[in-house]
Amino acid sequence: MMLTVRNLHKVYGARQVLRGIDATVAAGETIALVGPSGGGKSTFLRCLNGLNSFDAGEVNIAGLALQARTPPDAPALLPLRARVGMVFQGFHLFPHLSVIENVMLAPLHVRREERAIVRERAQALLDRVGLGDRARARPAQLSGGQQQRVAIARALAMQPEVLLLDEPTSALDPEMRGEVLAVLRNLAGSCTMLVVTHEMGFARGVASRIWVFDEGKLVEDGPPAEVCENPRSERARAFFKAAG
Amino acid sequence: MIALALLLAVPGLARVQAQGELRWAGDLQGGEPYVFRDPVDPSRLTGFEVDIARELAAKLGVRERFIQNDWQNLVPSLERGDFDIILNGLEDTPALRGRILLSRPYFRFSEQLVVRRGFALRSLDQLKGHRVGTLASSLAHLLLRRQPGVQVVLYTGQEEPYQDLQNGRTDAVLLDSVIAARYGLTKPDLELADADVARGAYVVGLRKGDDDLLAAVNTALGQIDLEGIYQKWSLPPQPREVQEVPAQQTRFDFAQVTLFLQGAWMTLVVSLLAMALAVPLGLLLALARMYGGPAPRLLAHAYVEIFRGTPVLLQLYILYYGLAPVVHLNALSAAIIGLGLNYGAYEAEVHRAAMQAIPVGQSEAAAALGLSRIQSLRLVLLPQALRTALPAMTNDLIALLKDSSLVSVITVVELTKQMTITAVDVRSWALPGLLCGALYFAMSYPLARLAARLEAALEGEAEEVALA
Repeated sequence: MMLTVRNLHKVYGARQVLRGIDATVAAGETIALVGPSGGGKSTFLRCLNGLNSFDAGEVNIAGLALQARTPPDAPALLPLRARVGMVFQGFHLFPHLSVIENVMLAPLHVRREERAIVRERAQALLDRVGLGDRARARPAQLSGGQQQRVAIARALAMQPEVLLLDEPTSALDPEMRGEVLAVLRNLAGSCTMLVVTHEMGFARGVASRIWVFDEGKLVEDGPPAEVCENPRSERARAFFKAAG
Repeated sequence: MIALALLLAVPGLARVQAQGELRWAGDLQGGEPYVFRDPVDPSRLTGFEVDIARELAAKLGVRERFIQNDWQNLVPSLERGDFDIILNGLEDTPALRGRILLSRPYFRFSEQLVVRRGFALRSLDQLKGHRVGTLASSLAHLLLRRQPGVQVVLYTGQEEPYQDLQNGRTDAVLLDSVIAARYGLTKPDLELADADVARGAYVVGLRKGDDDLLAAVNTALGQIDLEGIYQKWSLPPQPREVQEVPAQQTRFDFAQVTLFLQGAWMTLVVSLLAMALAVPLGLLLALARMYGGPAPRLLAHAYVEIFRGTPVLLQLYILYYGLAPVVHLNALSAAIIGLGLNYGAYEAEVHRAAMQAIPVGQSEAAAALGLSRIQSLRLVLLPQALRTALPAMTNDLIALLKDSSLVSVITVVELTKQMTITAVDVRSWALPGLLCGALYFAMSYPLARLAARLEAALEGEAEEVALA
């Protein structure tokens, strides 16, 4: 399994954010994490690469075990992060670097790969997300959709075994969402992906499974057709009805 | 006000008598034995000049009143009408005689050369290429400048030249016998090398036009028991006669301009090197405060608050004079380090603010890519913070350029100090002041333009981000 989660718990003060999550993901799967806001799906995703710590349970991702209560800046997390990529809602490109330097930064300094090889791969990735001609641009000169595509290329440059995407299209205008979703659709299958999303069309069409989070619990887990057409829980039924 | 203006118009003696008091000026910084606060009762003034002033006032039939005035500026203040007479170790020189009225001498002194005990060089001629300390704008300063090859080190107080001599920062001190006896020869490791380099006299200074007051003062000085006062204060024996120091009116010419340019260069060197120290120091302090453990955090915080919360002048004094027995810094190094340490505290806050202005997403993105904390700082956070901090740092450099004038208290002659020396020499503030201001402006304006351009460039970038 590429990802195994056992009985994951997370508490913010008095609030139980995650209340016993169990899940597994096989290599190559694309999981869409959906559900009402505050249901815990983003927190869960951030627990998988240690950006959030969790309080109890087990996580095993890309062959590495993650301990409970590991601080987000612990050096022990570095090998894991090199294997697990992440794309944020707000892109978070590095504004002082050009587009291609953003993509090259981690392979150069984390994996210490040779510059020529890294440059070649970065250029290929930019071509793949349709921004091969903007390699020398600064992030500020790009549209939001273009920035998010660079952020995806930046994550892929580390050749991650798992890619975590936290609401990758939520900060974008509708017309830009399409270009980002197209990139992700194109990526599905070649890399294990977990995507927190509100794009139900994308979830239905691309995901191998849909997970519904509600009040800190994983309430539905199954193929899109099954989960969307015939949800078992009342909460999931209400969610899909509202989401259309 | 009108009454006062009328009083000023009345010639000297009548004015003083109408006032009912003789306003006499001096500088308490001159200290013992001239005019100083009575150690037993600091609300009272004492000193041999206080005794003379009392006797003078009594002879004129009025009370005496002391006016505190910076020693170097006694003459311009007298001319402004701030007081009636100068009575504070004012030395009789031909240049001064051309400008104000001078009384008959009330004390004659020798200029004395003091060295470390057993020091081989015993005369001014032998001290070519050596550093010799004295008070700025004194007769001794004039003599030293006429001595070719001697490096003059200037002080504003009497204690410091002898301290620096003890510490080996200078090889001799030339000052008058009163100061040498009180401040120099009381130190067991110093001795007299030449007891009679030159002679001079202390005189009372009066405004031009106050001739009747001058006559009254001269008469009174002839009647007062000066010898009694000098014995009471155990002043050194006076030489029998005073030889004339040849006249040399300094003009504001090309040589002076060259000195100004040297001063400006010193200002620039001190400022730039101090900033080169302050920026990395500030960065280190900011990082300690943001990422350090409890101890580094506390230390960095304490450093910033202490260096920001105390005057930089005091810090320079402590670094140069206070720590002299422990850390032996020359004046230039002490100036650069002192200003650098002080500005480091300000730069720490600039860097900290710049770091805190970076969105948290930046460090999360760096962490998610597998960058270590150090890599994240070096490759992602610091380059962004330095760009944000650049305009503030340029502003601080401009401020530092002007604050650097404070280092004259530790004998570094920079632009402002050069200006005051020249102003005293040529007896005018106007031209030296203008040139000094122009030179400061010529240094700071390009920096200000640079700061403005940087700010505009960074704002432009921010707008691009907002539009995206």
